[in-house]
Amino acid sequence: MAGMHKSEIANPVLNWIDSRLPVITMMQKEYGVFPTPKNFNYFWNFGALAMVNLVIMILTGIFLAMNYQPNTELAFDSVQRIMRDVNYGWLIRYVHQNGASMFFIVTYIHIFRGLYYGSYKTPRELLWMLGVVIFLLMMATAFLGYVLPWGQMSYWGATVITNLFSAFPWIGPKIVTLLWGGFSVDNPTLNRFFSLHYLLPFVIVGVVFLHVAALHIVGSNNPLGIDVKGPQDTLPFHPYYTVKDSVGMCVYLMVFAAFVFFAPNYLGDPVNFIPANPLQTPAHIVPEWYFLPFYAILRSVPDKLLGVCLMFGSILLLFILPWLDTSPVRSARFRPIYRILIWVLVACVVVLGFCGARPPEGIWVILSRICTLYYFAHFLVILPILGKLERPLPLPESISQSVMGGGGGPMPSGAHAKPMEKA
Amino acid sequence: MAHSPANGHAHPGHSADVTKRDLLQLIAGAGAAIGAGAIAWPLIDSMNPAKDVLALSSIDVDLKPVVAGQGITVVWQGKPIFVRHRTPEETKDVRATKLGDLLDPETDQARVKAGHDDWVVLVGICTHLGCVPLGNKPSDPRGDYGGWFCPCHGSAYDVSGRVRRGPAPTNLPVPPYAFESDTKIKIG
Repeated sequence: MAGMHKSEIANPVLNWIDSRLPVITMMQKEYGVFPTPKNFNYFWNFGALAMVNLVIMILTGIFLAMNYQPNTELAFDSVQRIMRDVNYGWLIRYVHQNGASMFFIVTYIHIFRGLYYGSYKTPRELLWMLGVVIFLLMMATAFLGYVLPWGQMSYWGATVITNLFSAFPWIGPKIVTLLWGGFSVDNPTLNRFFSLHYLLPFVIVGVVFLHVAALHIVGSNNPLGIDVKGPQDTLPFHPYYTVKDSVGMCVYLMVFAAFVFFAPNYLGDPVNFIPANPLQTPAHIVPEWYFLPFYAILRSVPDKLLGVCLMFGSILLLFILPWLDTSPVRSARFRPIYRILIWVLVACVVVLGFCGARPPEGIWVILSRICTLYYFAHFLVILPILGKLERPLPLPESISQSVMGGGGGPMPSGAHAKPMEKA
Repeated sequence: MAHSPANGHAHPGHSADVTKRDLLQLIAGAGAAIGAGAIAWPLIDSMNPAKDVLALSSIDVDLKPVVAGQGITVVWQGKPIFVRHRTPEETKDVRATKLGDLLDPETDQARVKAGHDDWVVLVGICTHLGCVPLGNKPSDPRGDYGGWFCPCHGSAYDVSGRVRRGPAPTNLPVPPYAFESDTKIKIG
């Protein structure tokens, strides 16, 4: 039945709009009174922080694109012009450049949060899978963006990564030629990389919308990993979590600003200050820090195709994680063995990162092989078995009981419980 | 809250509705507005002319090859600049025009440098809608007043660059310039 939405907004202009397009009612419902578990810790800031980061990247990127020239003859100089001649160009570019690193820091913590508290488990499997899609899109966007300044590392990074596709039998070389638009990384490649680098962030916005929409259907997980049982377990999103997110955002912006103003090139590679030279490969090629663990997995395998498959597989694996982890208990807090193993996995990924930054020789090869093996074993062997063997700790009765000092024990008596039971 | 009527006369003029929260919300809102402005400033300012654009703000022009009756067009800040060497007759004729006959009254003397009365330097952009008028080359149509003629909407200028027939509202502007020697000027 068609008809107008019955808006409860008092302001007549807003009411007129809201009756015809109830966006204000929707915002009220999804961000105002939205019932949110009352026991969030600061790990639950990172989704909102990633959203803020995405907005920062798109905003600064739009203004950089106004001064950037996607042409092999001009690209490097146009970036230097942004740094020297364009008003506040240095600031906009350093925010964009370090924003990429901040985005990965925030996203990696966000993913760790999901792993630690079992946020990928039913009913949030699709929510998690959409998150993995966002992660893949982010990696693609970051890679494309890194090529644009057309320094030595840009050029050779583009060459190496596009050549990954040559590993596939028969069609591999054809795919690579298609990606390049020629027979080497050259002007057509730079043109299309710029086009795609501008496009993909908006695709990310679309998938983020789905990610958030799915979140608002199934509701947020929480540090206890138990379901919300009623209104006594929740708080309205505003002002409780708008304020908590704001506190986290201040800290995040301070770290961000520290990088931008005091160490803007700390995470970058000095070789990228040399203009691209298609005739000379730098002595030591490394990707940006956020790709190092995957780069280490790639190099740990002596076989070209298998290395590429393992590298992509290490991320694609996350799509089926909800079915690999057989434990019905979400939060690592109540899984005494998983709680240790998740940190072993983190250590393993960090070691892989260090391996990826070193030349592929000696101890680094052995270390990266051990860690690659463990990484896959964690997901493919340990998680399916652990769910069957592990004896979880007793779960608390409810979120509110745990928050109000019950701590999972018997029902707390008296003042706290009564009004909540009425609610 | 039940006591608020009693408190009313203790604080005359203060509504009981004005709370500490209102103040905090105002401060938070003002802070957010200032923050948004601080973020917007560098982004918007980046669209202003960059340093390398500003650095191209002056040029030198050699007048030696320009004989009387000829004009040349040079580029300054991306705009065409007309440099015209008038014949002494043209200068005399244009100064004979009564100010009352002009659409935008201005004397010719005010539009040239004293001692270099035969040289006129103009921004060659029609003041109507930005076309480049014809007439700098002797072979161009120069309109009914012997100066320049804009082919877009028919505005006509005299040899001083003053508009004589609309729709252009004002005279062609004179850019800042100076004679460095008798045969060289610096524009900008």
